[in-house]
Amino acid sequence: MSTRTITSFVLILLLALVALYVVIPSDYPDWVIDLLAWQPESSRNLDFQLGLDLQGGLQVLMVSAMPAGQEIPVGGLETARQIVESRVNALGLTEPVVQIQGSERIIVEIPGIQNPEQAVDTIRDTALLEFAEPPLGYSLETLFPGAVVRTDYGDDVEATGAITNTPVFKTIMTGADLKQAGPQRNEQTGEYLVGFELQPQASDRFAEYTRNHINQPLCILLDKAIVSCPTISSEIPDGQGQISGGFTLEQARQLAIQLQYGALPVPLEIESYKAIGPTLGQISVENSIRAGVIGLVIVFLFMLVYYRLNGLAADLALALYVLLNLMLYKLLPVTMTLPGIAGFLLSAGMAVDANILVFERMKEELRRGRSLGSASEAGFSRAWTSVRDSNIATLLTCAILFFFGNAFAASLVKGFALTLALGTFVNIFTAIAVTRTFVRVLFGLFGEQAVDRPWLLGV
Amino acid sequence: MINFVQNRRLFFTIAAVLILLSVAALITSAVMYGELLRVSIDFKGGSLFVLKFEESVSEADIREAFAEQGYTGAIIQRLGAASENTWQVRASFATADDVQAVLDALDTNVGKVDRARSNVDTVEPTVGAEVARNAAIAVLIASLVVLAFISFSFRHVPNPFRYGVASIVAMSVNVVVTLGFYALMGILQGWEADALFLTALLTVIGFSVQDVIVVFDRIRENIPRHKGEPFELIVNRSVMETVHRSLATQLNAMFVMIAILLFGGATIKPFIAVMLVGMISETFTSLCVAVPLLVVWEERSSGGMSTAQAAV
Repeated sequence: MSTRTITSFVLILLLALVALYVVIPSDYPDWVIDLLAWQPESSRNLDFQLGLDLQGGLQVLMVSAMPAGQEIPVGGLETARQIVESRVNALGLTEPVVQIQGSERIIVEIPGIQNPEQAVDTIRDTALLEFAEPPLGYSLETLFPGAVVRTDYGDDVEATGAITNTPVFKTIMTGADLKQAGPQRNEQTGEYLVGFELQPQASDRFAEYTRNHINQPLCILLDKAIVSCPTISSEIPDGQGQISGGFTLEQARQLAIQLQYGALPVPLEIESYKAIGPTLGQISVENSIRAGVIGLVIVFLFMLVYYRLNGLAADLALALYVLLNLMLYKLLPVTMTLPGIAGFLLSAGMAVDANILVFERMKEELRRGRSLGSASEAGFSRAWTSVRDSNIATLLTCAILFFFGNAFAASLVKGFALTLALGTFVNIFTAIAVTRTFVRVLFGLFGEQAVDRPWLLGV
Repeated sequence: MINFVQNRRLFFTIAAVLILLSVAALITSAVMYGELLRVSIDFKGGSLFVLKFEESVSEADIREAFAEQGYTGAIIQRLGAASENTWQVRASFATADDVQAVLDALDTNVGKVDRARSNVDTVEPTVGAEVARNAAIAVLIASLVVLAFISFSFRHVPNPFRYGVASIVAMSVNVVVTLGFYALMGILQGWEADALFLTALLTVIGFSVQDVIVVFDRIRENIPRHKGEPFELIVNRSVMETVHRSLATQLNAMFVMIAILLFGGATIKPFIAVMLVGMISETFTSLCVAVPLLVVWEERSSGGMSTAQAAV
């Protein structure tokens, strides 16, 4: 055995130990968790991430429902996503996902939720729009957009993050009083404005209010957060007013949409709704683990019976393959779904393909009368093109599946493609580099016997 | 030694019969359900409730509860044993509010629904249509990628076009058989083509040329080695040299798939079954369709028994 073989063998053993440590659940010390710098800090951990289908939960696909002829404002979908995300986060569940899908959809996944119907209500809730008067003597510097304040309207709306002890704003109107809003342009100054029209019953009230409060600020609040605080410049008699604030066209448009549709700059409609009971998922996990273990044990036995000493090397490599994959699922992390587990098991079943290509080649070379060592090396080097080709074919398939899964909300398809692709990369490493080392070590230890007993190699 | 080339008439007949059966299954499905494959709500929209009740309930009560909420014509089936109290209901698309209303109505009028053991899935028809379009694009792209991969693999072979066509024919037979199998299971077991089915189909397409490529690769290698031998003999030798690998690999994949099929969850069964059938069919079509087809073509073009041409 060459020093190189021994070095590789030791390195592989070390890798296996690391993988074993990561895969077997234990109380990891903080410094180990801190090493996972690529994972977002808030959710850094070494647990398996279970997908919706395995731990139950809610998936909602929402599409923008802009009125006919109107485009989604630039950045509007992202703003809507952030608002939805903050609402979902307020539910206090671990690892919700809120993502933009394509150009007009937002997908929300909330694993492990017990009460999906309530969550849907929370997500879709149109936020409360208020026109509110800042308390007398309130410093204008604190009226920056985004600041959360308290008002005397709607105690049921929780003023999350509100500064305590702030004076209470007086609500003059709410979104219910607004009829419509849209961007406008002041032809003289070229400035963009937001024009709005009130419901008839609110017009008089607002006319009276504005008459008495000229040159005073009036704040527009969404969910108690300041959007802007324009100053009343004149009485608004007929319920038609304008908000100025040095807006760009986009800003004016976005504010108008916010006024009209509540907090979400883009009105959203639910297109697809999936609620999966948590218990069903648990049963699926147990079933697939059992199925996987049975399937893999058969593969292990087959390789051992059919390829003997080589099979033993392949089995060891396969065990490492399983460990490495599981380790990567935890490290990256990869969210496990039922098809994802199937993809992983299938990839494990096919991981031995590369070994089989090599061993068959090796047998042929042995039959042609080559010595054990040279037959084994020839097996590895000659089979390489076939191994490479078949793995490229698998990766291409994964790429197509991933593209398809990404094109719409088929996270299950993506899960399958991802685990299969990851498995293929790990496989190239274990089937070639690792098996080769194992074969060299085994031949080094038992090679003499193998020459006299060809059955050890299944020839 | 099985002579894959000499038995080609038998193999071609088997392939033809398989294709006929598949087409028959697809047509039967089209006649019975108006769809070549029974399509799930993923592609056409609608809603699917899997409801686990805490007590024994009757189908009529469920039907009435749905009808009261405006979902007439719901398709209601019992899932599993009677003691499971689990029912599957298919209805038109329901908004999230409607879902809630339906579940509340079931709770009060029929029986308490155990939410932890129930699923609701509802898809708007327009999304379904979009998904179906994306699916068609994905299948098309997959086929093109396989084509590109084949032409790349066979770039050094004489008459690469023939190798390509033989592989594509094998792949097409494979796809038709897989579709036919699913149509049959749709008729017998009510299996529906959903996003997972498509995943399986795309995987079958992706893998369907693997064995062909290995055999053809060996033919390419053997042509210069055995100059002067009849092409038929070289091909048969190449098949015999690679068949161990093909079968061993397929067997291992099958072990895993059969284990999942027998012991895995019910939801994933159709998915695995499609891949299993696709894989079995792939082994058959690559050895018994693609290979003999190539030989027939080579022999026809060179008139009678051809001898090996020198490879580039």
